[in-house]
Amino acid sequence: MDLQRTKAIAKKEFKHLLRDYRMLAILILFPVFLLIIFGYAINFDVKNIKIAVYDRDHSSLSRKFINSLSGTENFDLEGYIFNDSDIKHVLDEKKAQCVIVIPDDFSENVYNNVPAKIQFLIDGVDGNTATIVQNYVNLAALNFNREITAEIFSAYGIKSSIPLELEPIFWFNPELSSTKFLLPGLIGMILVIVCVVSVSISLVREKERGTIEQINVSPIKSTELLLGKITPYVALALLNATMIIIAGYILFGIEVKGSFLLLFFSSLIFLFSAASIGIFISVISESMQVAFSLATALSLLPSVILSGFIFPIESMPWIIQVFTNITPVKFFIVILRAIILRGVGLEAFWEQVIYMLLFAIIILTLANLINIKKEKSA
Amino acid sequence: MNSIEVNNLTKKFGSFTAVDNVSFNVKKGEIFGFLGANGAGKSTTIRMLCAILEPTSGDAIVGRYSINKQPDQVKKNIGYMSQRFSLYNDLTVEENINFFGGVYGLEESEFEERKKWVLKIANLEGKEKTLTSSLPGGIKQRLALGTAVIHKPEIVFLDEPTSGVDPISRRRFWDLIHELSSEGITVLVTTHYLEEAEYCNNIILINRGKIIAQGTSDELKKNYIKNTILQIECDKVIEALEILEKQNFVNEVSIFGNSIHIVVNDNYKNEEQIRNLLEKNHSINVFRIDSIVPTLEDVFIHVLEEDKENGSSKN
Repeated sequence: MDLQRTKAIAKKEFKHLLRDYRMLAILILFPVFLLIIFGYAINFDVKNIKIAVYDRDHSSLSRKFINSLSGTENFDLEGYIFNDSDIKHVLDEKKAQCVIVIPDDFSENVYNNVPAKIQFLIDGVDGNTATIVQNYVNLAALNFNREITAEIFSAYGIKSSIPLELEPIFWFNPELSSTKFLLPGLIGMILVIVCVVSVSISLVREKERGTIEQINVSPIKSTELLLGKITPYVALALLNATMIIIAGYILFGIEVKGSFLLLFFSSLIFLFSAASIGIFISVISESMQVAFSLATALSLLPSVILSGFIFPIESMPWIIQVFTNITPVKFFIVILRAIILRGVGLEAFWEQVIYMLLFAIIILTLANLINIKKEKSA
Repeated sequence: MNSIEVNNLTKKFGSFTAVDNVSFNVKKGEIFGFLGANGAGKSTTIRMLCAILEPTSGDAIVGRYSINKQPDQVKKNIGYMSQRFSLYNDLTVEENINFFGGVYGLEESEFEERKKWVLKIANLEGKEKTLTSSLPGGIKQRLALGTAVIHKPEIVFLDEPTSGVDPISRRRFWDLIHELSSEGITVLVTTHYLEEAEYCNNIILINRGKIIAQGTSDELKKNYIKNTILQIECDKVIEALEILEKQNFVNEVSIFGNSIHIVVNDNYKNEEQIRNLLEKNHSINVFRIDSIVPTLEDVFIHVLEEDKENGSSKN
């Protein structure tokens, strides 16, 4: 390793980067753009569910039940329905996501100690939302039951008590905001794209323009070349990460709870593993066009689908879980969530750091083997 | 003293032999021309001598170092410039020079001096901040050569350095090569232009991976063509060519502009033989017939034809 040669490469690469102002603008603005899109547009929080009510009982009890629902921010009462055919109508036209049918014997049954039935018709097209709606409805019914029971007991002069009362408190993300959950994954995704695309393009450009020949005949070693080449892009990616963290704080109020130093070093290791993918792509592609397509496909898709960014890995079939290891974002997200949301230290994620290093070593070895084979046959 | 010694160098790609048992020596300070058609094995040989391609067998001493045993030492002591521009177009003149200075690890004071030298030979003094992409081809070539020898190597390899450059720039570029050679730098150059080969002290011609001719320009002309070459000036050149081809006193025919060169054998008697044939039998006007000293092109066409015949008789 000769530092002067590495420095010469890095310096030249910085010049390329700064001179290509269009590319630079994309590399800087793209992350901000993604953050805004993901931060505002993608929202898994289910609130203000539109409901319609078909109240056939018309009693004070049925109105009480309806009020207990529409009084929360979970439900918005869209209106009342007065006949059976309107139920289908309302659901078909998406005027409501959920229709509540209260039978005419509702209050009578309640007062006679016979279980009263309420029908909920939920629009099941979006399964995810439907499940959440169902949970909200269950919770509302549970609360209503408790109130009514207490009322009945007190009418007989008995002080009632509920044997079991759950009081869930959500640690780390008390308001269960999905932006908070998504931000670490977003950082991982953006960094991997920026790093893989820019590193592979910068290496393939030398191949395509023939300048690699000049580097090959010089005393530069391949480690010096690669280290010098990735330095500017790693720096750029770190700048991106800083921008996202600042924007996350300003726009979404997300604070980094853990150590910034730890965040910096683990990002550095992650970027090293991402750069190894870029190097691998540069070995197998001969033109910048091919490299760009491969780089975006190989960095973007796995980091969105397989990294646990949006879809939890634990609920994937085991064969897909094996495949999730093709992206280092998977490991980095665990680290980011640990540092940013939970504020914990290395003891919580040291394994992930090792996985990222292993990942880089495996990919670089593979790239090296292919390169040797190519040189022999070329 | 030899600057480069090549011993039985062979490179095989699978079953294809790109360079077949090649040996030659290059003296210090010499301009050595390396000629051959595309795919003849020139670039493969140069790549091996630059220690970026491992030979299948054989070895070469470049400078004082073996390409097999000391590739890193070889790389430090050579300069290389290829047919494709080896400069970065999106960087300025100065940034390109800085980069190569850094790559070859020049000390600050030495670097400043060499930078001035490169700017001077490329005629770019005061234009350090110009983008390389906006330079004319000839200037770019000189800058590329300058950066290739920024570390004062003992040997410089030039792989078709003048392809695609106008004749005047080419001439100036060759003046520069002579300058380097007079400073004791050994120059190994490949080229397609045969008039450039005349500028070389020594020439080898390679075909299908083998050396088929070598020597100085004069030696080649003397040793490889024993038969007389005639230059015929006439009208209807193509027609005349077709007729001459069929004659038993003619070995080879080729067109040079509006005249024909023929290599004649022992069946040839005198000029009248040709005049009779063309003017009387075919009514082609013959203006002049001269016996000429062969050009390098004649030599190469001759040896390549012979090599082709040897090759086909073997198959």
